[in-house]
Amino acid sequence: MTQASVTETAVEPRSEATETPPPPPLRRKASKRRRRRQALWALVFLLPSAVPLVLFTITPMVSSAWVSLHEWNLISPMEWVGLDNYRNLLTDPQTGTVFLHTLMYVAGYLPLVYVGGLGLALLLNQKLKGRAFLRATYFLPVVTSWVVVALVWQWLLNPANGIVNEVLGTLGLPQPGWWTDPDWALPSVILASAWKDLGFVMVILLAGLQAIPSDYYEAARVDGASAWQRFYRITLPLLSPSTFFVVVISLINGFQVFDQVYVMTGGGPSGASQVVVGQIYDLTFRYGRAAEASALSWILFVVLLVVTVIQIRVQRKWVHYA
Amino acid sequence: MPETRSRIARIAFYAAVILGAVIMLFPFLWTVITSITPDGSLSKGPTLFVEDPTLDAYRTLFDTLPMWRIVLNSLGVAIVSTALQLVTGSMAAYAFGRLHFPGKNIVFGAYLATLMVPLQVLVVPLFIEMRALQLQDTYFALLAPGIASAFGVFLLRQAVSAVPTELDEAAVLDGAGHLRIFATIVLPQIRPALATVAVFAFMYSWNNFLWPLVVIRSPELMTLPLGLSTLQGQFTTQWDVVMAGSVVSIVPIAMVYLLAQRHIIAGIAHTGIK
Repeated sequence: MTQASVTETAVEPRSEATETPPPPPLRRKASKRRRRRQALWALVFLLPSAVPLVLFTITPMVSSAWVSLHEWNLISPMEWVGLDNYRNLLTDPQTGTVFLHTLMYVAGYLPLVYVGGLGLALLLNQKLKGRAFLRATYFLPVVTSWVVVALVWQWLLNPANGIVNEVLGTLGLPQPGWWTDPDWALPSVILASAWKDLGFVMVILLAGLQAIPSDYYEAARVDGASAWQRFYRITLPLLSPSTFFVVVISLINGFQVFDQVYVMTGGGPSGASQVVVGQIYDLTFRYGRAAEASALSWILFVVLLVVTVIQIRVQRKWVHYA
Repeated sequence: MPETRSRIARIAFYAAVILGAVIMLFPFLWTVITSITPDGSLSKGPTLFVEDPTLDAYRTLFDTLPMWRIVLNSLGVAIVSTALQLVTGSMAAYAFGRLHFPGKNIVFGAYLATLMVPLQVLVVPLFIEMRALQLQDTYFALLAPGIASAFGVFLLRQAVSAVPTELDEAAVLDGAGHLRIFATIVLPQIRPALATVAVFAFMYSWNNFLWPLVVIRSPELMTLPLGLSTLQGQFTTQWDVVMAGSVVSIVPIAMVYLLAQRHIIAGIAHTGIK
């Protein structure tokens, strides 16, 4: 969930922390000593987080940039190749394919999870008995790990004797091969992913719905607005900050999709559902092409960055802060 | 639906609520059912009512994998990493929210920059680093990326900044140092933010798959997602065993969830509105 954080920054560019005003210049010497002491304390308070961040985030970041400029198979000594890895990746059709699959995943997942999550949120925003229970129920898949979700859905969508195909068969409907069929592999993953995240989106949107002042609805009703008009003119615009949050998080997480694909399809059949992170994993641990994998990681990073920046830019056009 | 007068609309409303609950709950129910269905009957097609329920799948599961150990690993790593993130994060938050030091904005910028780089992108170099330090396949490697999180620092700094400084001033007059102000004044005031960070840290660690997959080989060090994924290869067609494994990994987190449900949902909603 660390990824969520990126959006955190993005959603509302907060003003700098309310800084404590500098101490009044009483005696210059004393204040200087005090400032030095405070800087020392800052160091003490920062070290416990700075050391691991430098060791386990910044160092690998820098080293992967370095590795990506070499030829290396994890074993033999590195050999400088400049931008060759990037050039090879950008001309390799496989790179386009894995990005396309990732995009298709996002394009299928996002509408499903947003519309479904909004539906659930609207339902739970009404007065009804057992609301807390239902909210808890809808949320349960969110705390379940991706691996479990993937395994459970692999079983539900099992072409041979899975329950979904049994039901479809009884109803006389076609029974797809789901994750064993190249055409259905990605949709299967999308279905499972949307199911897992519906509750998450619901909670975010429900909080957004509950923040909309009820006077707006009352005023609209007095003016004779229909339920649809109230939804379209009040709910949707005032929900747009929450929607924005959901979209940004889903895009960032969607571009990094891996766990459920790895478990459900392994990127198959015959590469039909291979996604970017899956490709990074396979390049490194299957083919020993660690340098290319590092280069691909950086390409992914740049794509993520661009997507996020575009999001923030476009945000101004459609997100209304009440 | 207070404004709905028509009966049809109300029926449709409750139908939608129930349909939603069924869609969300049925896969869990099905998982449990499958795990107690005798292996032989599974191939005949699924049934809702198991005639001769059995725990064989669980026996096979516990014979194949050191399951207790794996559950404890998952819990242990999640708890330790949550605790570490709370300590490291709140301390850094205090430095950024309360103290003045040269280069503060630059340092904070560097923290934020690490936020932009997801673990997915770092997996390969981090693995190489762990290998170079000969730390791969150890608990330490499992924990390393979860000791500090810039996300936590960021959330907590907001909370620290919101704590009124008048409180510290009174304490300073009493001769309190930063450690005491931090521990006795600031920390109690930022409890909701700490809870949010704890929820995210715990869930992240509990569900993390890619990093353990890359860095852990020994079954004794595996966490649940990794352990489960190895079942898949061994029992391609034994769905009862795979589902038993799923049940075993759902139960602990479901219990944590039921206990802390309010905090978890509030924590997630909180990050969304802000």
